[in-house]
Amino acid sequence: MTPRMPTRKTSPWRLAAFAAPVVLALLIVPAVFSPYQTQLLTYGLVFAIAALGFNLLLGYTGLLSFGHSAYFGLGAYTAAFMVRYLGVQSMELYILGGLIVTVLVSAVFGYICVRHTRIFFAILTLALSQVLWTLAYKFFWVTGGTDGIRIPFASLTLAAGLIDFTGRAVYQKFISFYYYYVLAFFLFSTAAMWVIVHSPFGKALQAIRDNEIRAEFLGVRVRRYRWLAFLVSGTFTGLAGTLWVPLNGLVTPDIVYWPFSGEIVFMSVLGGFRNFTGPIVGAVAFNFLKTYAIASTEYWQMALGIVLVVLVLALPAGLVGALRRGIARLRRKEEGAAPELRDDEQGAAQ
Amino acid sequence: MTLLRTVNLRKYFGDTHAVDNVNFTVAEGEFLSLVGSNGAGKTTLVNLISAFLHPDAGQILLDEKDITFSSVNDRVKSGIARSFQLVNLFDDLSAFDNVALAIFSREGKTQNLLALADHDSDVTLEADDLLHQFGLHDKQSITAGGLAQGERKLLDVAVAYALRPRLLFLDEPTSGVSTRDKLQIMDTISSVVRSGNVTAVVIEHDMDVVFKYSDRIVAMHEGTIFADGTPEEIRKNEEVATKLLGTARPG
Repeated sequence: MTPRMPTRKTSPWRLAAFAAPVVLALLIVPAVFSPYQTQLLTYGLVFAIAALGFNLLLGYTGLLSFGHSAYFGLGAYTAAFMVRYLGVQSMELYILGGLIVTVLVSAVFGYICVRHTRIFFAILTLALSQVLWTLAYKFFWVTGGTDGIRIPFASLTLAAGLIDFTGRAVYQKFISFYYYYVLAFFLFSTAAMWVIVHSPFGKALQAIRDNEIRAEFLGVRVRRYRWLAFLVSGTFTGLAGTLWVPLNGLVTPDIVYWPFSGEIVFMSVLGGFRNFTGPIVGAVAFNFLKTYAIASTEYWQMALGIVLVVLVLALPAGLVGALRRGIARLRRKEEGAAPELRDDEQGAAQ
Repeated sequence: MTLLRTVNLRKYFGDTHAVDNVNFTVAEGEFLSLVGSNGAGKTTLVNLISAFLHPDAGQILLDEKDITFSSVNDRVKSGIARSFQLVNLFDDLSAFDNVALAIFSREGKTQNLLALADHDSDVTLEADDLLHQFGLHDKQSITAGGLAQGERKLLDVAVAYALRPRLLFLDEPTSGVSTRDKLQIMDTISSVVRSGNVTAVVIEHDMDVVFKYSDRIVAMHEGTIFADGTPEEIRKNEEVATKLLGTARPG
């Protein structure tokens, strides 16, 4: 009889042990780095939440969305409208409003988009995001058009009004507090997404990605699950959009426009969309890369384009995928054999 | 007792009469083989019964209940499961996850997005046990895409079996494997299916395998059933010998 092999469980404690040094490093960032660097990292964490949401569709469900700027923009514009038309100052209320609006719109857009897959899905998501962009661009008496809506951080309160930004050295105070605020949401979002992709639902999504016909013949309602994935994905991206608003201070139609959808795709590809941590690394790296490219050359789009081409050709599994493969190769060399890789070491989206 | 029957089931593809007024029955608990040359209509018949295709005419009755127009999902819920001629797995998932997913689906747990899949001890134990029954226990953490062809065939059947179906269709479970592996695979499948009291319909070309494992054999040719009987009856059937084996009388 074949000896029984123990099943290796997904352990939240193992994840916590792996994440602890990273979290500790993130916690000391404002104390070590300049407010500017801290601000850049805050942007990176916000985009990481958006990329995590996006990757639930691309990496885990096999659906490429070219319209995630729509949900980011919805989260952002909801906060902006709450400032402009309701005079709301509480960040928590912006988030609540942003989540409600994003869930509702994602539900409707998702219902339309998941009726198709592959290029048709991508085109539909792109088209719907362009509809929202047109609304933001043309209805200038509501949205401010290309001038956008300004959201001064000085009028903002965090933690149910316990933290405000009046008085001296307010910018530094805002950056420092807001960094931790975003970090808390980032950690929560990462943990939540990790549970989702390792849940039975997450496994069903991966099954649909790999083989939708077989999934259907196992009783998985493929279209419903794609819709649910779309909803969760849009909600994460919407949350990121709301968190981005105080940081940027201005919401314009650019954030709903298709190039920003392309940037979210870029982030995931850069980090590696077949890995859980890939989009996070990709988002943070992309933000620094873009910022320094803009500062270095007026041809920054060309520079980023070259990076993308090199990346796709040389590192198709992205930065994290390449790193994991390198580590796996080293391990095999050390062990002097070729043990089977665990599924989460193979570049599969586990 | 009849578990499933079709009444004048028909499916044409242009001028090709893939399934032509077929009246096919499956009795509860039997291990039935569906044989016929390529293009005889075997896979189309299974595709119609499993809702992969819709019939042009006729009826499909499960427990005398008409399921002709029910969805794939409803048929899975009513106890019909199948494997595919070309291995159809989730290649980036481990062998364990392939089986576990079928169990989660059967138990209606795939909508759960706030619990870790491999912390569900009921599902984990069952998947573990099932892989053991199919001889795949030591391969459980390997991705399905990394398994050998014979193992993939077994896993394909294990995934369908994990749904605990009442009626299991296996489309050429031994195609593409060596003769030695073929018998090993069929031994495993036959033993698991019989011990689980599952009714099985196997499409198979290898008549040695068919005669060895079947309780009943149904032979098809050009979209129609032309022979139906026990292995002994089929062995003596001259028409089967001519149409399937190309000889006057099988040895």
